[in-house]
Amino acid sequence: MTTLHDRVRSSLYGARRWHPVEFIFWALALASFWLFPRHLLLMNEIAILALFALSLDLILGYAGIVSLGHAAFLGLGAYAAGLLAKHGIGDPLIGLLFAMIVSAVAGLLASPLVVKGNDLTRLMVTLGVALILHEVANSWASLTGGADGLQGITITPVLGLFQFDLFGKTAYLYSLSVVFVLFLVARRLVHSPFGLSLRAIRDNVLRASASGVPPSRRLAAIYTIAAAYAGAAGALMAQTTQFVSLDVLDFHRSADVMLVLIIGGPGYLYGGMIGAVVFKFLQDTIAAFTPQYWMFWIGLFLVLFVLKGRSLVHGGIASLLKHFPGLRMRKTP
Amino acid sequence: MLTILFDGIAYGMVLFVLACGLSVTMGLMNFVNLAHGAFAMLGGYIAVLLMQKAGAPFLLTLPAAFMGGAIVGLVLERLLYRPMYGKTHLDQVMFTIGIVFMAVAGADYLMGSSQQIIRLPSWLQGRFEIAGIGIGRYRLFVLCVCGLLAFSLQWGFTKTRFGSRLRASVDDARVARGLGIPVNRLFALTFAIGSGLAGLGGALGIELMGLDPSFPLKFMIYFLVVVTVGGTSTITGPFFAAMLLGVADVAGKYYVPEIGAFIIYVLMVVLLIARPEGLFARARS
Amino acid sequence: MSIVLEARDLVKQFGGITATDHVNFTLEKGARHALIGPNGAGKTTFVNLLTGVLQPTAGSVVLNGEDISHLSREARVKRGMARTFQINQLFASMTPLEMIALVTSERLGYGTRPFNALDHDPLVLDGTADIIARFRLDDIMDAPIASLPYGKQRQVEIASTFAAHPNVLLLDEPAAGVPEAERRELLDIVAALPPDVSVVLIEHDMDIVFRFATRITVLVNGRVLAEGDPATIARDPRVKEAYLGEEASHA
Repeated sequence: MTTLHDRVRSSLYGARRWHPVEFIFWALALASFWLFPRHLLLMNEIAILALFALSLDLILGYAGIVSLGHAAFLGLGAYAAGLLAKHGIGDPLIGLLFAMIVSAVAGLLASPLVVKGNDLTRLMVTLGVALILHEVANSWASLTGGADGLQGITITPVLGLFQFDLFGKTAYLYSLSVVFVLFLVARRLVHSPFGLSLRAIRDNVLRASASGVPPSRRLAAIYTIAAAYAGAAGALMAQTTQFVSLDVLDFHRSADVMLVLIIGGPGYLYGGMIGAVVFKFLQDTIAAFTPQYWMFWIGLFLVLFVLKGRSLVHGGIASLLKHFPGLRMRKTP
Repeated sequence: MLTILFDGIAYGMVLFVLACGLSVTMGLMNFVNLAHGAFAMLGGYIAVLLMQKAGAPFLLTLPAAFMGGAIVGLVLERLLYRPMYGKTHLDQVMFTIGIVFMAVAGADYLMGSSQQIIRLPSWLQGRFEIAGIGIGRYRLFVLCVCGLLAFSLQWGFTKTRFGSRLRASVDDARVARGLGIPVNRLFALTFAIGSGLAGLGGALGIELMGLDPSFPLKFMIYFLVVVTVGGTSTITGPFFAAMLLGVADVAGKYYVPEIGAFIIYVLMVVLLIARPEGLFARARS
Repeated sequence: MSIVLEARDLVKQFGGITATDHVNFTLEKGARHALIGPNGAGKTTFVNLLTGVLQPTAGSVVLNGEDISHLSREARVKRGMARTFQINQLFASMTPLEMIALVTSERLGYGTRPFNALDHDPLVLDGTADIIARFRLDDIMDAPIASLPYGKQRQVEIASTFAAHPNVLLLDEPAAGVPEAERRELLDIVAALPPDVSVVLIEHDMDIVFRFATRITVLVNGRVLAEGDPATIARDPRVKEAYLGEEASHA
């Protein structure tokens, strides 16, 4: 009995144990600061996109909620942080917290619509919420600056010590730290009883409720948390660029982040990170020779990826992960 | 007031023609096709090109727009869409967004990003009054064409052999297959008709909704609202949903222009809270 | 004997069809109560009404003296009623160990704790290890559920259901679809359920029914045709009639 008890413990521990590859991953992310000093601004964008994708992973990869409008919370966070800084409170950490709270409240308010429906209603509701916010930001120009964007944001140094600079040094380290901390929280979360119950709901909602899991409340909870994460990504965006444009709420943001997550693979937390690197690299390369028709190429990429590429890319990642039992890739919902 | 109602109904009629194909394909194959608007845009551009380059009369461009949408729909269904049926909704969403993006960028490349304008024949221009109601000639025309279409669709759906097979397949594709109904062929044909109707709607809608490369994205939410609110198992459901949406949208933009753009979203949210399964959805056991 | 579960005048209508027609049913503590009847008799509908998968048109369900007719599925589980399904309902991405640990942590009310680690909590570990030992799943506990043979999956479903520590357990055709070779093991598991757990067993296989049941209720066309101990039911001419496919009396 003691041996079985121990086996159960070590097996449950194995599922959440840190694998060496994870340490290497984060060490590389930090080392990039010195390795690519001329690309810090791009790397900052990657870190922010990775956080945004991590947020989507929490609802899509772990809870099976499809969203066509995740940019709603990104944009809300960006405007919240931007407006706070514009009106005198320029401390980045306070702004970050404020943005997360604002987005979380919005997520909580939207959650009853999202947790109820099937995939189709969810697509429509999420898309609708994002469109409403876009329209609000557009019409309420006295507050948001409308189509001209929100200007005049001044951010004070991080912790009162590190001033934001033109090369993105502070920006990258600040964003990377925030992403890392939020990643740690997410990692803890998905391996908790709460996280396990989300996977239960995603896998089989009938069995989940027959196992004592209340699906609606759990889904509302993770939707709220994910909204806060997206809000954090928005805040980082606003603070490190000191500008918020209407573009943060645009439909293409929601579509991009889905693509980012799908490239990397949902349901194991690192998908969004890997996807963000690949996506930004693609965007940079394509933009170098045909900037105006980026949308066409991204569309072609999506179509080919779903038709053929997924098995290729994920086959590669999965065969890599096979050597690392702690990092199992989950099936897509 | 009645003028607005009239305009709203005409607008709703176009929405219905645009979206009804989508509701049937979504119901039949449980396939989320966000690229439906791309077929509508195609129809619109066919009409524009035929009129501007070939000098074709407006009335002739309508069947051409239908055929264009239908043929492209048929080809794409066979080549690209069919492998998607078995995949997850997420994959379908990604795939069809990809198609939308390509269509948007492609239209921009080929046709330019500006709004397209067509010259309606003179007998369709202007408005007249009956009992104090201002009636636009074109809107009346649209109303008649779309009304006729709606009636024939309802008839085709409920009274013909094709319709009864289709309804059987919508209810349960597996059982329908077991009964020897060629569900795949049926769906290819339905998809083609749906895409054709979208093309026709796109051509009819130029005057009412405008036409530029962002059309498929701009109206995606409208189509989704019509389908979700109307349900996917009838013709009448999407029809009334489209009417409701059309009237609400037109009236909202006329009476409260500051918040007119929000009306459809508010409507959508309220409807979903009240009837999460869709306004006209049939009760399922 | 005390009554743990009771259905009072339960009615369920789908459109014009009455699937459950004024059914009264009582389950005594510790009973092995079989629910039998020809196909389409409404057995699964009845269980769905008891467990909250469906809402009744009329009537009520009482569990341990409490009216639970309007409670959600998960609230009924919390109050001690768990079930298996006619077709396996499992968590495809999990291992048996994870699934049992999940049900155990939900039973303990840990599901809302976002920062706990499952392997740190002695109650979760004890509960999980206990179920794995009781149902002898230790050799497959780390294999993905989706990769297991159907009979094993069935065992995992029963084990995880039992991890909720129910005092009423509803088994909807536990042996259905299980190949002959794996059947024996499964039936041994059902036979070994502790005597203080009351079991409702839906089953087609009369061998299984008469082997386990201490009481039998026969449903036909949504109504209770007969109820009694196995010997009485076996003698009842109306039951034979119903099973021979003749038109059962519509009285």
